[in-house]
Amino acid sequence: MPSIVKPAARHPSLQRNELGLTIRDYEGSMSTLCAGCGHDSITAALVRALWEVSMPPHMLAKMSGIGCSSKTPAYFVSGAHGFNSAHGRMPAITTGAAAANRAMTYVGISGDGDSLSIGIGHLCHAIRRNVKMLYLIENNGVYGLTKGQFSASADIGSKSKKGEPNRMQPIDPVLLGLSLGATFVARGFSGDKEQLVPIFKAALRHRGFALVDVISPCVTFNDHSGSTKSYLNTRKRGIRATEADFVMPQQEILTNIADEGVTSVAMHDGSILRFRVVPEGYDPSDRERVLSYLLEQQQAGHIVTGILFLDENVPDMHEANNTTQMPLTQVPYAKLCPGAAELARLQEAFQ
Amino acid sequence: MQPTNTHNPDYFHRVVDCQWACPAHTNVPEYIRLIAQGRYAESYMLNRSSNVFPGVLGRTCDRPCEPACRRGRVDGKPVAICRLKRVAADLKGEIGHLLPKIPERKNGKRVACIGAGPASLTVANDLMPLGYQVTIFEKQDQPGGLMRSNIPSFRLPEQVLREEIDMILDMGVEVRFSTPITSLKELLGEGFDAIFVGSGAPRGKDLDIPGRVEAAANIHIGIDWLESIAFGHIDSIGERVLIIGVGNTAMDCCRSSRRLGGRDIKVMARRPRAFFKASPWELDDAEEEGVQILVNYAPKEFVVENGRLRGIRFEQLEWDEGARKSRVLEDVFLPADDVILAIGQENAFPWIERDLGIDFGKWDMPVVDEKTFQSTRPGIFFGGDAAFGPKNIIWAVEHGHQAAISIHNYCEGLAVSERPAAGMNLISQKMGISEWSYHNDYNPVPRQKMRHVELVQRFERLNIEVELGFTAEQTAHEVERCLNCDMETVFSAPRCIECDACVDICPVQCLTITRNGDELELRTRLSAPANNLDQPLFVSELLPQTGRIMAKDEDICVHCGLCAERCPTAAWDMQRFDLELPYAGATACVHA
Repeated sequence: MPSIVKPAARHPSLQRNELGLTIRDYEGSMSTLCAGCGHDSITAALVRALWEVSMPPHMLAKMSGIGCSSKTPAYFVSGAHGFNSAHGRMPAITTGAAAANRAMTYVGISGDGDSLSIGIGHLCHAIRRNVKMLYLIENNGVYGLTKGQFSASADIGSKSKKGEPNRMQPIDPVLLGLSLGATFVARGFSGDKEQLVPIFKAALRHRGFALVDVISPCVTFNDHSGSTKSYLNTRKRGIRATEADFVMPQQEILTNIADEGVTSVAMHDGSILRFRVVPEGYDPSDRERVLSYLLEQQQAGHIVTGILFLDENVPDMHEANNTTQMPLTQVPYAKLCPGAAELARLQEAFQ
Repeated sequence: MQPTNTHNPDYFHRVVDCQWACPAHTNVPEYIRLIAQGRYAESYMLNRSSNVFPGVLGRTCDRPCEPACRRGRVDGKPVAICRLKRVAADLKGEIGHLLPKIPERKNGKRVACIGAGPASLTVANDLMPLGYQVTIFEKQDQPGGLMRSNIPSFRLPEQVLREEIDMILDMGVEVRFSTPITSLKELLGEGFDAIFVGSGAPRGKDLDIPGRVEAAANIHIGIDWLESIAFGHIDSIGERVLIIGVGNTAMDCCRSSRRLGGRDIKVMARRPRAFFKASPWELDDAEEEGVQILVNYAPKEFVVENGRLRGIRFEQLEWDEGARKSRVLEDVFLPADDVILAIGQENAFPWIERDLGIDFGKWDMPVVDEKTFQSTRPGIFFGGDAAFGPKNIIWAVEHGHQAAISIHNYCEGLAVSERPAAGMNLISQKMGISEWSYHNDYNPVPRQKMRHVELVQRFERLNIEVELGFTAEQTAHEVERCLNCDMETVFSAPRCIECDACVDICPVQCLTITRNGDELELRTRLSAPANNLDQPLFVSELLPQTGRIMAKDEDICVHCGLCAERCPTAAWDMQRFDLELPYAGATACVHA
């Protein structure tokens, strides 16, 4: 696959965003993942979301660890910054980067191996600190890079390609995030960009840690009939709990939403937003009820997607630590590091 | 929308825009690939199988393929298809052994062709290998018809024309030169099994305005004048020349004038430039040679003094938008030593008796069936300009092919309406992982510009060919511009797992997985709006997992094959489309 270069030819009606860039300006190099990998589809959704929110490429930092998922930062926004860290250390590195430069937008890309096994501790603490970032887990339930062993997110009873069922309890990143107090929790499916793109756009604008778990079938090792994370099974068992669309902040529009079906509301830019009712009693701001709803659905074997929980009122890492508004990278060096005399004076104060 | 029926050869044929637009349906992408591989003889023979005169057409074709070329929609300039054809013809080398074998034992059927132009020659080319005895009657002492008489030798060298005509005549065609047919009834008496009329549209239109008779000595009918040059009867013209009309004949007239002594040459057009009939490149070539093209002039009278032409008085016009209505601004006099009229051609059949059962209709044209080319009298066929009025060489060739099928049917006792169907072959081009049997890299190189002989040199003799042909480097670039549209994207809905890989990778956003709908509505909600209604939408059967459809807008697909490359289940495949055109005596076999 990598031997073929994507043609430079473009569609003549290609549109431009606020920055004057086309969606193709948000592409990266050619993917070296397997043909049909869900990760590539997620990359395409991310490219679209970044283009739609007019993300300046130089203000974006793509962070990753190790794994199939962690290769994907190479496949979008060639003009962005990036850091490919040690296995599972992406949340820690991103926390540091965000501390130093709060002006940047951080997109961390991880997988179920990177985040739920070796890196789970770092993930938990990034959630706890509410680091402002989009944390994307490309979740396929297997270790694709090492021939398809079960990962920590494999469901009980899901079969390997050889036919052996998994017997260990899965770690569900959505439940994990909710229980740890994550302020934005969503789940999507690589085969449903209609839902995934708005989720990414909302996550990119969230003022805190946005955890997005995306079911991403491994077309080589986990897309067979016994798998619970195949394209077919995800489509069969999937429930869209919430229909997401993201609207840029604007003046409030008040309207009544019908009890059932779809309600259309005209937005400021003339576009129409269609509201669908969520399952009865579902309230994405009520952590407890979301948790119990998800547990119920999990028992029934359903895969619930959508923006599942949202809380915009929790301070993020910078607010909690009362740091300076100015990114540390822009603070003059003399102020950032006042020198030995100042340090001695400070230490004196602690005597 | 209903799922697209790709079993009908027309669907994939239409995707190959150039082949679809070509009257003779020449397999352009395949012959360009053969040139790219240096297989010039095979490229030439592939051309010859459909268009019969690749060397001639590689210089003079009207190129309906080029405005249709998909590359034009992608980067603004079509592939230089015509000039690549010339490359194959120029470099073909020895091809005698590849020409069809002519049976020594004839089938006993005799066919007469009237006129030795491209239509008749094509009929002979198709029928001789089947054992027919073909006799061509030609009024001139040289074969070629308008290819010889109306196309100046600085555009089409004599030896190129001669070689391709000889390939046909050497099959054993009997040509009776200097034998104009003056009575069809008489010819019918000679007992031919079928007669093909390919006598062209030999009469140039005249301009009946005051002064025409008095100034006759210096007023020339364009096609007659060109013919006189071709046969060596005319070798000079006055310094100031006015050409009336702005079609391709006018371009040949003005450029010929430039070589015969004309210094101040003006082409006078009635209507604005957007409405010219001449091909844009012919206009460019004329202007390069210093010919002026003036618009919005309508000739009013030939001004004669002392019995000699002094010039023309024109009305200068102002047209409304769309050039439907005009208003006269003022009268303008332009001096001239000679005037050439190139305002169109007409058919004339004074030699066909009207009691032979051949019906004549509107404009006194014979009634000819558009598919079989048979007249109302069975056994008499028309083709080329003689059938439906002036067109061009490539149309004449296609008429000849179709008429040959009819003549063969007629002689075999079959209904002429029984046309053999076109077939197609689709062959997968996958050779392995990331390996395709064609060059699918998109090459952004711009269209190569044809080099011309320096202006000072080209007027030294009448027959110096102006176009030099492509250099090896230019050819190497130009062949890579072809998008290989015959490498068709073939989709199998049952295999699709809707992973979106093809949709995501497509560089020109021509794929969409969506719910089905009416065509016009569907066109608005694809990955990129499908606004070019001339280009078809492919719609698959319902996809197995969600019941949605795969839609493909054929408009600007660059046939890079990335959809097939990225497909994990081989639901997409790149398959070479080979249209099997039926010719006389060969029924096309249909492969699914």
